[in-house]
Amino acid sequence: MEKNINLTLKVWRQNSPKDKGGFETYQVKDISTGSSFLELLDVLNEQLINEGKEPVAFDHDCREGICGMCSLYINGHPHGPDSEITTCQLHMRKFNDGDTIWIEPWRSAGFPVIKDLIVDRDAFDKIIAAGGYVSVNTGGVPDGNAIPIPKDNADESMDAASCIGCGACVAACKNGSAMLFVSAKASQLALLPQGKVEAARRAKNMVARMDDLGFGNCTNTGACEVECPKGISIAHIARLNREYLSAKLQD
Amino acid sequence: MVKIDAKIPEGPLAQKWTKYKADQKLVNPSNKRKLDIIVVGTGLAGASAAASFGEMGFNVKIFTIQDSPRRAHSIAAQGGINAAKNYPNDGDSIGRLFSDTVKGGDYRAREANVYRLAEVSNEIIDQCVAQGVPFAREYGGLLDNRSFGGAQVSRTFYARGQTGQQLLLGAYQALMRQVEKKTVKLYTRNELVEIVLVDGKARGIISRNLVTGEIERHSAHAVVLATGGYGNAFFLSTNAMGSNGSAAWRAYKKGAAFANPCFAQIHPTCIPVHGEFQSKLTLMSESLRNDGRIWVPAKIEDAEAIKNGKLKPTDIAEEDRDYFLERRYPAFGNLVPRDVASRAAKERCDAGFGVGSTGLAVYLDFKDSIERLGKDAIEARYGNLFQMYEKIVDDNPYETPMMIYPAIHYTMGGVWVDYELQTTIPGLFCAGEANFSDHGANRLGASALMQGLADGYFVLPYTVQNYLSDFINTPRMSGNEKEFVEAENEVKERFQKILDIKGNRSVDSIHKELGLAMWDFVGMARNADGLKKAVDKIKSIKKEFWSNVRIPGSKEGMNIELEKANRLVDFIEIGELMAIDALHREESCGGHFREEHQTEEGEAMRHDEKFAYVACWIDKGGDKDPELIKEELEFKDVKLIQRNYK
Ligand SMILES: Cc1cc2nc3c(=O)[nH]c(=O)nc-3n(C[C@H](O)[C@H](O)[C@H](O)COP(=O)(O)OP(=O)(O)OC[C@H]3O[C@@H](n4cnc5c(N)ncnc54)[C@H](O)[C@@H]3O)c2cc1C
Ligand code: SF4
Ligand code: FES
Repeated sequence: MEKNINLTLKVWRQNSPKDKGGFETYQVKDISTGSSFLELLDVLNEQLINEGKEPVAFDHDCREGICGMCSLYINGHPHGPDSEITTCQLHMRKFNDGDTIWIEPWRSAGFPVIKDLIVDRDAFDKIIAAGGYVSVNTGGVPDGNAIPIPKDNADESMDAASCIGCGACVAACKNGSAMLFVSAKASQLALLPQGKVEAARRAKNMVARMDDLGFGNCTNTGACEVECPKGISIAHIARLNREYLSAKLQD
Repeated sequence: MVKIDAKIPEGPLAQKWTKYKADQKLVNPSNKRKLDIIVVGTGLAGASAAASFGEMGFNVKIFTIQDSPRRAHSIAAQGGINAAKNYPNDGDSIGRLFSDTVKGGDYRAREANVYRLAEVSNEIIDQCVAQGVPFAREYGGLLDNRSFGGAQVSRTFYARGQTGQQLLLGAYQALMRQVEKKTVKLYTRNELVEIVLVDGKARGIISRNLVTGEIERHSAHAVVLATGGYGNAFFLSTNAMGSNGSAAWRAYKKGAAFANPCFAQIHPTCIPVHGEFQSKLTLMSESLRNDGRIWVPAKIEDAEAIKNGKLKPTDIAEEDRDYFLERRYPAFGNLVPRDVASRAAKERCDAGFGVGSTGLAVYLDFKDSIERLGKDAIEARYGNLFQMYEKIVDDNPYETPMMIYPAIHYTMGGVWVDYELQTTIPGLFCAGEANFSDHGANRLGASALMQGLADGYFVLPYTVQNYLSDFINTPRMSGNEKEFVEAENEVKERFQKILDIKGNRSVDSIHKELGLAMWDFVGMARNADGLKKAVDKIKSIKKEFWSNVRIPGSKEGMNIELEKANRLVDFIEIGELMAIDALHREESCGGHFREEHQTEEGEAMRHDEKFAYVACWIDKGGDKDPELIKEELEFKDVKLIQRNYK
């Protein structure tokens, strides 16, 4: 059954990218355990506005785990303590009355802080721009059923395509590597005949862009897979490495 | 004087689009580079349009309020996208998709547009497959289909419960390919706050950089709005938190006609409201109605016992359950259109048969299909939706039925456009949910994705080019022209005025008040008294906003309260126009149900003799009443009949 709980929040506040930033402590009361974590932040913000203070800036949009906009380190975990969900899907029933909750932005060289809990993830768009697509223009393409695709491949491709581009994998990685994100896209496309054609080139270009943008190397710690809200498997990293090697051999 | 001319090409319905394309004027490649197009919005409609314009060689600028084009609200669409492929060989055709859509829209859409939509639907599927969209497949390797409400054929293509995500990522990737090629310049966290007209034509926009707070000027030869729907006027809806109607409203304020604002869709299968802090409502895809059966207890005492926690749904015997959709609509059963399903649920709850602690919920039960198909099959189809439900409600839908209730979901109304998707302002185009064009008074499931991509990939590339062919000798503007300077000054004043109010209430608290008024009086069932009350109430909310809102912080740097306030100003006015439109439309049709106009059995009653038109509203400035102009609808290829899903 739902009940109400009182909490202490330690929230990272940082006014601008250049500001040093630090934790502020807030008390919130009577939070229904049926509300979501972001609704908790709404309540906090309403309280701050009523006190004449600036509300906490945080990213969010769909609030149903699909847009990839929400982020947050909650008690040291990207997307909080629950498994395979995003911060917006986290519910307060995972917390107890009297808990102290630490809330921070993603911390990674690739994602500079813009304000409070909001970071800049433009780097992910730039990686996709480097090759995360099939090079076709609008129009003049064959019938959708012209090339049958084995169901298993289509399903596995869909698994990889489920990545929401949230960046938790980078935030979780001690090297700040974006390999899980990159491999998910590379793998999705390489598994389909339409994307297979340029798979090697794609892998090479996306990895090169990732390196240019200052993301770290992958040392196979597996931390990304554990924190990924969509259960993207590190098996995709192995597939990416194969494509990458074959591209390098062709060089 | 605004003129409403739909510019429908001559000739038989099935040849209009072919004829248009054959007659359309082209721009040669070297001239395309000299022509600039601004696209606002990176959802399915905006991303697909911008990518296509870029591929064609135009010079494109695209804007989004989110941090990446991939986050547009289209990402959240779950169920699927329609097309008339007839792969299952169940009797589908372009003609049938066309007539289902016109009928589903309760005969308030323009035939020629809908036919074109059905016609290009098949190309969309081909395009998306070529882009690497991982649609669901059968064991033979061919594309799989499912059924959606309002149709008796299986024509919906899907990618698990994440179809919108996969289609948007396809369009987003095509867009990023053009960004890399530098044909498209991308502006993220950047919001259109005004449209700039020069000599009566759209020539650019004023935008606000949401990170720095700076006001920017951007010029172009044509502007495309693809900024989504205005359902968040209700505060609680299935739309993303950032979805807003402001760009469309700016167009209206600049003289564009706004069509059928009162046509808003209530979706029958959403997770019920849990409490006052609720920030949004979560949709459970309509595709669930393929395998789930909707019911409430047949006995009022059972409903009471459930509300008090004394009985569980699984305690109710089969014969004591009322499968009310199957009972009332045997032909379509659980797959009746959304408006019909929503009202039927409301009717049962209002009569006291609702369940859940508030009594505002009905059951969606998978027991029979799990028995018939096995849990694995159900999991393969809806696994992610069931997981989503469990995380929110803390109930396992494999074991106990889901609870659902209707919620605001989609707005059929929007900026009026002609056959070319051009608004009444030359050079200003509008696509996707932001325009009013294809869904009449009610949108069928899986048709919004189809429309967004049809507009962006297959319609605008032709019609915008046709428009631009007259401008090959028109030089670029610098942005220093007086029209840009004036527009920028007006915008700055508007923001300053909001900041200067320094009242006592948060933006959200006022938005919630608006939402309640909308839901109570402009919601699922409307009547003249209530609508008049709504207009008054909204006026007083407007006053409250302009005298009592409090925006902490300043206009420099990121200020989320200021962003929200600016959008709320427009939601309040949109809400008012919705109420005015609903009051004037003395009939029930699609999502618009007027209690005064129903049959004895409680079904909607249209009045075609009087209301078979598109209501186009024109702003008259200040506090003056808007003017109504009608676009009469002609139905030559479908017969107007009272919808019957029995
Ligand atoms: C939960 C849910 C499920 C759905 N499921 C389905 C389904 O299964 N099938 C189906 O056919 N339809 C479905 N729909 C409807 C469908 O998703 C939408 O109607 C459609 O995606 C709208 O696309 P769009 O491109 O018009 O706009 P959106 O995707 O809403 O994009 C709007 C864009 O405009 C930008 N924007 C807005 N205002 C401004 C501004 N002032 N300045 C700059 N940028 C701005 C935003 O940043 C965004 O990029 C669903 C809708 C919801 C809410
Ligand atoms: S791989 Fe997982 S954690 Fe990384 S961006 Fe994608 S969804 Fe987020
Ligand atoms: S807000 Fe969209 S994933 Fe969390």
